[in-house]
Amino acid sequence: MPNFVEPPIESPASLEQAYGLLRDGDGRPWRPLAGGTDVMVQITGEIGEPPARLLDIWAIDELRGIHVEDGALLIGALTTYTAIRRSDEVAGLVPVLAEAAATIGAAQIQNRGTLGGNVVNASPAGDTLPVLLAVDAEFVLGSSDGERTVPARSFWTGYRQTARHDHELLLRVRIPLLSGREVRFRKVGTRRAQAISKVVMALSWRVDGDAWTDVRLGLGSIAATPVRAPATEAALEGQAPTREAADAAAAALSAEIHPIDDVRSTADYRRAVAGRVLHRLIRDNGGW
Amino acid sequence: MDRPSSTTRTVPPGLTFPETTPLVVPTDAPAPGRARPALPLRREGPEKLTGEAKYADDLVFPGAWFGATIRSTEPRARLLEIQLDDAFDWKRVVVVTADDIPGDNIVSLIDTDQPVLVPVGGEIRHQAEPCALIAAPDRATLREAKRHVKLRTERLPAVFDPIEADREFAHYTVESGDAAAAMKEAALVIEGTYRVGHQEQLYIENQAMIAVPRDDGGVTVHGSLQCPYYVHKAMKRALNMGDELAVVVQAETGGGFGGKEEYPSVIALHASLLAMTCRRPVRMIYDRHEDISATTKRHPAVVRYRSGVSDTGELIAQEIEVIMDGGAYCTLTPVVLSRGVLHAGGPYRCPNVRITGRAMATNTPPNGAFRGFGAPQTEFAAEMQINRLAEALDASPLDLRRRWVYRQGDTTPTGQVLRESVAGIEVLEAAAEASAFDRAHAQTHSMREGRTDGARTATGIGLALAWHGAGFTGSGEVKLASVASLELTEDGRIRILTASTEMGQGTKTIFPQLVADTLGVEYDEVEIAPQDTSIVPDSGPTVASRTAMVVGGLLIRAAERMRARVEEATGRSFADAYRGAGPMRIDEQFVPYPGEPFDDKTYRGDAYPAFGWAACVVKLDVDLDTGEVAVRDCVAADDMGRVIHPVLAEGQIEGGTLQAIGYATIEEMKLVDGRYLNDRMATYLIPTSLDAPRIRSIIVEAPFSGAPHGAKGIGELPMDVGAPAVVAAIHDATGTWIHYLPATPERILAALTGGPMPPPPGISLEAPEPNSPPIEDLPPGGDEMPFRAPTDPGEPR
Ligand SMILES: Cc1cc2nc3c(=O)[nH]c(=O)nc-3n(C[C@H](O)[C@H](O)[C@H](O)COP(=O)(O)OP(=O)(O)OC[C@H]3O[C@@H](n4cnc5c(N)ncnc54)[C@H](O)[C@@H]3O)c2cc1C
Repeated sequence: MPNFVEPPIESPASLEQAYGLLRDGDGRPWRPLAGGTDVMVQITGEIGEPPARLLDIWAIDELRGIHVEDGALLIGALTTYTAIRRSDEVAGLVPVLAEAAATIGAAQIQNRGTLGGNVVNASPAGDTLPVLLAVDAEFVLGSSDGERTVPARSFWTGYRQTARHDHELLLRVRIPLLSGREVRFRKVGTRRAQAISKVVMALSWRVDGDAWTDVRLGLGSIAATPVRAPATEAALEGQAPTREAADAAAAALSAEIHPIDDVRSTADYRRAVAGRVLHRLIRDNGGW
Repeated sequence: MDRPSSTTRTVPPGLTFPETTPLVVPTDAPAPGRARPALPLRREGPEKLTGEAKYADDLVFPGAWFGATIRSTEPRARLLEIQLDDAFDWKRVVVVTADDIPGDNIVSLIDTDQPVLVPVGGEIRHQAEPCALIAAPDRATLREAKRHVKLRTERLPAVFDPIEADREFAHYTVESGDAAAAMKEAALVIEGTYRVGHQEQLYIENQAMIAVPRDDGGVTVHGSLQCPYYVHKAMKRALNMGDELAVVVQAETGGGFGGKEEYPSVIALHASLLAMTCRRPVRMIYDRHEDISATTKRHPAVVRYRSGVSDTGELIAQEIEVIMDGGAYCTLTPVVLSRGVLHAGGPYRCPNVRITGRAMATNTPPNGAFRGFGAPQTEFAAEMQINRLAEALDASPLDLRRRWVYRQGDTTPTGQVLRESVAGIEVLEAAAEASAFDRAHAQTHSMREGRTDGARTATGIGLALAWHGAGFTGSGEVKLASVASLELTEDGRIRILTASTEMGQGTKTIFPQLVADTLGVEYDEVEIAPQDTSIVPDSGPTVASRTAMVVGGLLIRAAERMRARVEEATGRSFADAYRGAGPMRIDEQFVPYPGEPFDDKTYRGDAYPAFGWAACVVKLDVDLDTGEVAVRDCVAADDMGRVIHPVLAEGQIEGGTLQAIGYATIEEMKLVDGRYLNDRMATYLIPTSLDAPRIRSIIVEAPFSGAPHGAKGIGELPMDVGAPAVVAAIHDATGTWIHYLPATPERILAALTGGPMPPPPGISLEAPEPNSPPIEDLPPGGDEMPFRAPTDPGEPR
């Protein structure tokens, strides 16, 4: 017998059925259930109010799959980390996403956890989220009203809050493909698997001659949401990856972020390590 | 397959150590109990492997109710009232408070300070203190009822730092020579203050107990536990029951590590009280959150240490002050402190020693038994000192230990002469040789010299050595006077009767091995009676690495007597004759080992009948950007006397070593307002298989003649050496000493960069700001905790 209160659950087989249920006018909000690797932990751990009802979307195959369309890589919200790690498209076009997926939980979680779940769960420590910020990803949301697109940059509006409306589902993640884009990823956790990040970052840029352009830096676990670091990006924009540029960027980053002490680490450590890891990423690419 | 290798060495008792490479003994070589040609499988292994084994939560009792504990949420307060909200129909459940306890409101152990439930008017002394109990026919009702109970309290000031605490559980002094005078003579004096935090046992199976009321007015509890007779004693006192009415049965137990030594008494009393009230079986099965929040941890400790070395390079003085944090109630704290104090000097000869220890009360959940039992805390400090002395003397840490380690005939600070089974140098040489310590140390040294500014990783190697007293401390075994029995039933079965429990370490395998070997029968012909206090005698608790040595020894003696009786009576070999020779029962009681009796008042005499010896060499990488440590390779050499089952012994070495590495690197309980903050498996992290290094176990055998089979004990040994070896290797890699455990990346990076040091381990932060969201409501994902930790200004570097 379960130790917790099991909420009522519906398992629609199609998107249309799901949209219908989301608008059933019952008044009690639905909680979408994808892989359940966040939702189940919250229910069994009795963390927060249990969901009033669960909408199990696992059977909606329309939400799975990875393909290229109109110069962008489209990844269905229900795509698991294992599928991402095995995808030739991801390996060829955005390999850093596979790299990030490989750091999440361990095999069981990767088989079950989805990219969409990571996005909508909106944990500041979600490991794919800095990558999505760094590659200017967009999130396509759908409901019976139709579809709309929200850029990653404006999706996480506050601590565990998103721009998604209650009656919407996340359908897919859209990653624009840019030629010459380089992306690097680094996660710092307490142990080598099954660890929530203390600091996680993704850095992307394009090479223009000696200089870096279109620099993006996405960070996790250093604020209430996943964030970009605009001052640090500006410090790097148009610079070659020299020691001076790395020093300036690391200093800019340490000044720009305001992490806190929590159960996993300290504000001081996060600030210091964010700067040092960024420095290393630049150094590794500067070849000095 | 890349299996860790193991070699077995033998040192004959009473001889000086051979200079040559010790004999390598194959695992099927003759030794008491060591089965030939193949080692037996674990007795309970197949059932565990196939899922047939019945842990407490697997046991079915029709009609059983579910029990829950209402706990305090303040570290210290006066309990004014237990309020039952009228909105709930209380006839649907039963509620038990202190008023319903038929006997003394005491969880009986060493002291009588811990109540079963805090009475109204009484003092709440920690954040997870049981104040009332509820049982309900189903979990939904139970949950609902729980929500309708409120504790009205008046908050009292709490104390979290044992140094500031004024309530003392115990204090001891060990003194030999004149340490103060010798320190003045010393050519070199090294001082240090070392601090270690809590550690959670994190056994796989949470605490669990099911109480079943019987028609005769008694109660039988079935549960996950290490010490059936501790629970039995607690039940008799609080439930006001005689020996027969209280019955304790061990269910299959998923790990203990000391965590199921004293706490099961609490949960057994709770389940029993509810079962007696609702007159049906009651299940109390903790989830992980409750288990980590409320149950015992390893004692945090502060160890202040001064060591003096003469101009001829001898260790001549040690002044050591040990302060342990006992938490809110006494539990086993005096004995933990005692072992900590007795091991604080480390395995080194020193004529002038003064060790003082005190254990203080704080308003945090009680601390208790955990593998090593006080010794890992103080031996961490001892080994830090030796390694720092080696640095100051510009000596090799290996050579210094070779010079100072106890040899046969040396005297310990309690005046105990180490007459036999002294294998410190053996384990040291074995570990040094297998790890090529000198060469590797020279290599990491030159790597450090040649390191450029932008290097990302640093490699280091570290060494530690320890001793660990076998069996109970001091007069403990004499007072226990354990009994083990062997039975030949009427229908010709051989049965072992002991209260020693199996919790994954191998009791149920090694006992039949020893008995079968002594009787001259096959391993499978020997059965083990269930660990049920109505069937088995009190053979003492299954703790202190004492089971193989003490209870195993009793069983051998019982088997010798049984064999002689049957063979005399029948004129035939026991194996031929035993099936028709029953019924017969032999009870064997402990008789003191030879040696000087220990005086509990003066702390003089033989503190332990013998010591086990352990050495560990760790190789690791430090990420210089982040302070992260990756332990790569580990050689662990342990002397446990004669080995009964080399594969199980190796398992103890590997598991203990990994547990020590977790203690050294990542396992830190953080507290706010006296409450564990990381009380879930998502936040209290232990090493995974990916974090585990290659561990090479070397078994060294220096038999102890006081036990008929020469065995000492292994369970706790590896726990003493892992952490100091890791911290030595971090120093070797980076040039920085970390004085606090765990040596987290936060501490290492602060030390490397001169940044602010995180607060010391083991001490609770004050309560968060009143307007910040309650910590409880935050999800485990990227939860941001709403408090600020002060940095520690007084951190020694
Ligand atoms: C042991 C363990 C280890 C973990 N390790 C990591 C780690 O290392 N790094 C990390 O980032 N995370 C980790 N997680 C968290 C989790 O696995 C990830 O966040 C995962 O991506 C969640 O996906 P899911 O499909 O399981 O989401 P679910 O739990 O099903 O859902 C998560 C949230 O998203 C909503 N949701 C899901 N899909 C949709 C959709 N299509 N439309 C609208 N709303 C939706 C749900 O309602 C819910 O609020 C771990 C979890 C566990 C249990």
